[in-house]
Order: sequence, then C-alpha cells, then structure tokens
Amino acid sequence: MIGILTLTTFTPLLGVAAILAGRYLAKGDEAQAAATARWFALATTVGTLILATFVVATFDVSRSGFQFTEDMQWFSGLHYHMGVDGISVLFVLLTAFLMPICVLASWRSIETRVVEYMIAFLVLEALVIGVFCALDLLVFYLFFEGQLIPMFLIIGIWGGKNRVYAAYKFFLYTLLGSVLMLAAILTMISIAHTASIPDLMTYKFAPDVQAWLWLAFFASFAVKMPMWPVHTWLPDAHVEAPTAGSVILAGILLKMGGYGFMRFSLPMFPVASHQFAPLIYTMSVIAIVYTSLVAFRQTDMKKLIAYSSVAHMGFVTLGIFSGNLQGEQGALFQMISHGVISGALFLCVGVVYDRMHTREIAFYGGVVNRMPIYAAVFMLFTMGNVGLPGTSGFVGEILTLTGTYHAATWPAIIGVSGVILSAVYALSLYRRIAFGELTNPALATIGDMNGREMLVFAPLILGTLVLGFQPGLVFHITDASTQQLVSAFQAATGR
Amino acid sequence: MTLHDAAALAGPEITLALAAMALLIWGAFQTRGHNAAFTAAAVAALVAAAIVAATGPLGTAFSGGLIVDAGAVFAKVVIYLASAAAIPLGDRWFARRGMGRFEYPILILLAALGMGMMVSAGDLIALYMSIELQSLALYILAAFHKGDAKSSEAGLKYFVLGALSSGILLYGASLIYGFVGSTHFADIGRTMSGHPGPGALFGLVFLISGIAFKVSAAPFHMWTPDVYEGAPTPVVGFFAGAPKLAAMVLLARVLNQSFGGAVDQWRQVLVVMALLSVAVGAFGGLAQNKLKRLWAYSSIAAIGYALIGLAGGGAQGVQAVLMNMVLYVVDVTGFFACLAALSRGGVAMESIDDFAGLARERPALAVSLTIFALSALGLPPMSGLWGKFYVFEAAVATGLAPVAVAALVGSVVAAFYYLRLIKVMWFDASAGATDAPPLEARLTAYAAAAFSFPIVLYALTVIDPLAKAAALALTAR
Repeated sequence: MIGILTLTTFTPLLGVAAILAGRYLAKGDEAQAAATARWFALATTVGTLILATFVVATFDVSRSGFQFTEDMQWFSGLHYHMGVDGISVLFVLLTAFLMPICVLASWRSIETRVVEYMIAFLVLEALVIGVFCALDLLVFYLFFEGQLIPMFLIIGIWGGKNRVYAAYKFFLYTLLGSVLMLAAILTMISIAHTASIPDLMTYKFAPDVQAWLWLAFFASFAVKMPMWPVHTWLPDAHVEAPTAGSVILAGILLKMGGYGFMRFSLPMFPVASHQFAPLIYTMSVIAIVYTSLVAFRQTDMKKLIAYSSVAHMGFVTLGIFSGNLQGEQGALFQMISHGVISGALFLCVGVVYDRMHTREIAFYGGVVNRMPIYAAVFMLFTMGNVGLPGTSGFVGEILTLTGTYHAATWPAIIGVSGVILSAVYALSLYRRIAFGELTNPALATIGDMNGREMLVFAPLILGTLVLGFQPGLVFHITDASTQQLVSAFQAATGR
Repeated sequence: MTLHDAAALAGPEITLALAAMALLIWGAFQTRGHNAAFTAAAVAALVAAAIVAATGPLGTAFSGGLIVDAGAVFAKVVIYLASAAAIPLGDRWFARRGMGRFEYPILILLAALGMGMMVSAGDLIALYMSIELQSLALYILAAFHKGDAKSSEAGLKYFVLGALSSGILLYGASLIYGFVGSTHFADIGRTMSGHPGPGALFGLVFLISGIAFKVSAAPFHMWTPDVYEGAPTPVVGFFAGAPKLAAMVLLARVLNQSFGGAVDQWRQVLVVMALLSVAVGAFGGLAQNKLKRLWAYSSIAAIGYALIGLAGGGAQGVQAVLMNMVLYVVDVTGFFACLAALSRGGVAMESIDDFAGLARERPALAVSLTIFALSALGLPPMSGLWGKFYVFEAAVATGLAPVAVAALVGSVVAAFYYLRLIKVMWFDASAGATDAPPLEARLTAYAAAAFSFPIVLYALTVIDPLAKAAALALTAR
C-alpha cells in the first residue's frame, strides 16, 4: 500500500519517466521533445501540487505528532519512514506550490537542453519533498544530500558566465557541511540504536555528546541557511543560476536549513541549543546588519536580493533559537513568507533579464513608463520584502523579534534595525529600477508582462496578501506541533 | 574426512582448474582464433563455479589448508561473477584491436581460481600459493597489449613491484612460522592469544605490508597509477576490483583469526595506512589529467575507507569491509567498462578533456559515468555512500570515529576531481563525435550503473544479512 506522502514525493519521478518516453518518441526532433518535456513537467508539478494540497487539507491540526506515517523495514536497522507534522507539512505545500511556477517561468527563457532541464527540476522536487517527509535519519540524509546533484547541474549547465565557479562553490561548501552532518547522523545511530526521528526526538543524549552533535548539524544547516560568515556561496549561486533555479534556491533550499534546526537541533539537542544560542544570536545579528549593508551596495539586482535573503534568514535563526512560541511560529512563518516573496523577487528580476539580458541596476531606470503592470507587481513584492503590514513579510519579522526579545533583549534590539535597513536597500532598488526618467534608449521598446508572466505572478501575489491579512491560516496548522516543540525544549533546558 | 568430502569442499576450485585446462587444450586446437563459444564456455565455467560455491558444503579440508565458511563463499561468489563480467568485456576489446587471443579468458579463470583460494586460505602456505597464482595471471594480463609500450611497461612494473611485495610477504610468513611454530591460522591464533613475542608481530607487519601492496594501500601504492594507465582498460577494470576484494578478505581472516589477540598492535598500523591512503587518494588525484590515473587514486582512497572498517576490528568491521568492497567492485567494473566503451576515431579517450560534452554525445554513458563518480565521492543515494555508512558505523563502535571523520573530510577534497569529470561532461562544449560504443561494454556499464543506483537500495536488503554472516565466519576463532 503506497501512502499519500510516498505518492507526493515520487510523483515528480513519474514525470521524469514521461519526459524520457516523450524524448524517445520524438526520435531526435529536439523542438518536439522540448515541447513535450515542458507540458509533462507542468502537468506533473501541478499534479504534485494537488496531492500536496490534499495532504494539507486532510491534515489534523489538533494533533502535534506525525501524521500520514508510513513505516517499512529496510536493512541494518534502517526504515523507510515517512510522515509530516505541523512543522513540515507547509514546506511540502510550499515546494509543490513553487514548482509549477518555476516550470512556467522557464517556459521560454530556457531554450537549450530543455529535456534535461525539466528532468533536473522534477528530480529536485522529489528530493525536496522527501526531505520534509523523511522520518528516518538516513532517509533524510539521502534526500537532503541528493539535491546537490540536480542543483549543481542546474547552475552549471544553464547558468550565466561564471557558472562553473558558482556551481563548484555551491557544491563544495554544502558538501563539507553535510559530511560532518553524516558523521553526526551515524554517531547518533550508533549511540541510540535507532535512526527513527520521532524516537530520537525523545532520546536524551548526554550533554557533552549533544554539543558535538549540535555542532556537526550546525555546520550543515548554517551553510544551507546560509548564516554569516558561510553565506558567501549564495550570492554567487544566485547570480549564476537561471531564474527558476534562484527561485528554488531562495524559496525552498534555504528553508531546509531552518527546517533542520527545528527538526533536529532544537528537539534532539536542547541543552546544546540553549548553550549555543548566544553564538546563533551573534551570527544572526551580524547577518541582519552586515548583509543588509552589503545588499545596499550591490550593483547587480540578483546579488542584492541574495544578500537580502541572508539578512531575512537571520530573523529566522533568531526566532528558532529563542525557544519560545512566538519565536518558533514567527520563524516558520517567515520561512514560508520568504519562500513566496523572494521567489517572486527573483522572478521580477527574470522578467526584465529575459528582455534585456542584464541585471545591472544602473542599466534600468524609469521602467514604470513602459511597464506599468510590472512596476506594480514589483512594488508589491518590494513592500513584502521590507515587511510592510498587510504583506506576509511583516508577520514573520514582528513575531521573531518579539520572541527574541523575550529570550534575549539585545539581539532583538539590534535585530530591529534590520527592518529599517531592509527598507533602505529594497526601496532604493525599486527606485533605481522603476522610477525616474527613462533615459536608456535600449529600454525604449521594452514590453510589459505578457499573459504567461502574469499567470506566474498571480498565485504569488495572492499568497503574499492572503498570508499578510490572514496569518492565522498558517498558525492554525503549525500551532500544535510548535507548542509541543517549545514545551519539550523548555522542559529540557529548565526554563 | 574422505577424499570425496574434500573434493566437495574444493568444488569451485576443481571446477575452475579443470575448465581452465580443458579450455587450454581447446584453444590450442583453434587455429584461426577462438570463437564466441569459447568465450561463452569460460564465462559458463565461472558462473558454474559460483553456483557450486554457493550451494556446496561448508567445512575445512586438507588439514585446515582450505577453509570453506560463509565468508569464503560470500567472497567467492562475488569474485567469480566479477571475473565472469570481465571476460566478454576484454575479449571483444582485444579482438577489435586484432589481439584476440584464447589465453585471455583462461588467464582470467586462473586469476579467479587464485582469488577463490585466497579467501579460503587456512594456512600461510595456502595464502602464499594463492596470492602468487592470481598475481602471475594478473602480471600477464597487464602486459597483454603486446604492441603497446605502455602496456609492457605496466606489466613489467607490476611484476617487479609485485615480486618485491611477495618477497616481503614471504619473509613475514617465515618469521611468523619461526616464532609460532605452525603455519596454520588456527594454531597461530592460539599462540597469539597468549603472550605473543615481538618476533611474530614483526612478521605480521611484513605480512600486512605485502598484502597492502596487492590492494594498493598507501604507502605501498606507487605502482598503481602507472599500471592503471598502461594496462589495457578492461584488464584494469578487472584487477582494480575482484583481486582487491580477495586480498581484503584474506587480510580480514588473518588479522582476526590468527592475530585477534594482537588487535591493539595491528590496529595502529591499519589506521595509519587508512589515513595515508585517503590523503594520497584525495590529494594525489587533484593533479591528474588522465582518467585512468585519476581512478587509480580514487581506488587508493576507496581502500583507505575499507581499511578503517578493518581497523575497527570484529565482525562489524569485517562486514563493513565486505560491503564496501562488494559495492566498490561493481562500481569500478562499470567505470572501466564505460572507458572501454568510449573512443574517438578509434583512439581511446584518455585525458579528462576528451570527455568534454559527452552528455550530449552519449547521454546514457555520461549518466553512468556521473553515477560512478558520485558513488566514488560517496554522495547519496549511490552505492558508495553505503560503503561509507558501514565503515563509519564500525568505526564509531570501536572508538575510531575521529579517524572516520578525517576520512570523510578527505572525501570533500576528492570531490573536486570527481566534480571536474562531471563538469567536463555536462557543462563543456562537445569535443567531437565519438565512435559507436560496443554492445558488451555498454551493457556492462549500464548494468553496473543501474546497480549503483537505484538497484542497490533494494540489493542492500539482500547483501546485508549475507555479509553479516560472512563477517561472523571470518572473525570466528
């Protein structure tokens, strides 16, 4: 009997099979194979979205434990164990939600090796959903680490001029972190004699062991997140990746770091998490202030947004390690919201990049005169990035900062400056792109968004506003599990 | 024990020896080159030997010189099947170059016979005889490409250094015999569990060094890159795989059954060799441009991981070695099958740059090579990760976790050159059309790649208990 989560996870692979069959049937006709690949990819991602929506819709919000669980004996004490709780279920939906958008966004901007491109994305989707559903440490690691392969190829094959450098940097940074995590995972299995995540969440490791394990996991998640000072791979990867690659990277892959902290570090090593919280606060606060300032000085649109992502992830880590309900809820919300907003911002860059093939901010200016719809959409997401009330960005920031304030005053006070700094760089970016006279003659004929692009943005706009006005939709789902997480954490650390 | 019982225990060896002799006579009468039936008969002999091994009785024969236990059976089946895969691969490869000779399948059979005896060896004499039997066959195979200076060089180098290592090994064996007074593993084990004198330990170090030569563990690895580069590609695929498995199983048996009492002494030796191997494999590979040399370093690193498992000691460690080596044998066979399949204008593709744009030219082979590269790197979900998984588990259980962590970090360095191969194949522009890959090489490559991922995810459930039983037998004293 195949469970709903297995089905959701592996449906994208059916799409891969269909695309390969389509390519075989096209008999060397590349255009035909590409067209089939696009449609099959869209159909599969939409199908996955329907499945994920079904999972969320039938999710029992009153229970804090794992639901839709599947457990099969594998070998050597390992299990194929899947399940979701309030913390992970929304990430499954977020992934399934962003993927069709990515496929649509790549519809015309990717013209070479379309078949391979769509396969890479579908494989990536399967692996990402698997990460959020896996309840066995090693199965988790398989999905988590397996993503390096498609992402490496996406950056390296369809990326910009400096793609090889960026792809290597992405791979090696992440690999070094993950290798340490693998060591920690295997150590945990040897100590606890189980690889089951739910069991390990209640297993009490000795405090000194916890510290080592925490550091090893931290090495992996801090790179993934990314936290200052191991964030430097991110701007390179973003700049070189194709638009849809950036959307996935910012929208989902970064979230695996935060998810990892909430799934592993906090519940499994609560004492170490508490002990290392000052380290996290320091790194987060530096990330918020420093990368915001760095973002302000960027001349490349994508790099600016990449740095802003690092700053926003700083709020997430603050919230997670505050260890109280507002902090956790805020961090989760911030991750979901950032997934939508940063994805949308990268798509906004993609819209003008597809037309002009440059991301230099100085090249643009005054596009509002030629592209009013685009300017309006871009405006909305800029406001979301700033954290304007009414957009989803606001809710996450205010909650994480409140939570942090309860746990540690100074980090929260310094962190608040990030809200202002984000307004500085985001509004200045918007001003330089959209407003002013249209002086660059190359822009004189630039066209506004077409129907396909509006279709891409519509769900993102809806998502940002709905989450901004009705954040309860998210908290309703995450409430029971985060409460459980927080009470276990506070009990373990004696607070 | 009657002669009949002993013959039943030696069934696989007898099958192979008879088959080799029969084929030798048949071959001598084939005046116009051997035909496909001849090759098929050689493959059939190996498959038959594997079946005989798997279904035959367990026990010891020839006054303890031949041990047939779960460990030996496990290793034999893998060795015979890996050897069987090498026969069509090399036979066709040589035939296309006008060097198809009937000796090739026979040499593989004899090497397989030697390897099978290695994993069954129960005393020092059997140990030495079996190693020499397989080594002699391999020396000739390395130099099989007669007209090619590099192949001759590889054969000569392999022979000279191999002979040196055999000398060291024999010296170690004689020391052990001198101080213990017996050549039987079981007798040595009894003496060593008391108060072993320094003399026998001295001998053990030489014995380990000799075997380390055969598995190309650092610091005895120097011959590997040169021999791999020069020897004919399908032959490299063969001797990079099964013989190392055989030597590791032999080492596991000797260390645990005879020298289990001296575990604290040999553990240090193995840890040093393991870390050196991983470091040499990782850093040495960085500067290589020839893919075969690169994979020589990769195999040195792979042996390093296996040695960590062995250093862990006990059944768990030996199981890690077995799992690691089995998965490695499949990978390395498939990898060299890919290389044997690829050529451009009749010239073999050697340097990494020759593989530029292969993903567009030969997507299936490029995917296979990618799988092997990622597997060697230990990236999930390919089979290489699982080898590391077992090794690490064993290492943590015996307090060698820091060693294993160091080795894992070494794999990050090695990642650079594996990624380089992938980068060249997938990111770079094509370096021109390649020749149509021959069927047998392609099929071997695809089968091995499919095993590496995804079949391994199921196969592990089958291999895991078998390897566990094998490891228990190999460590039983």
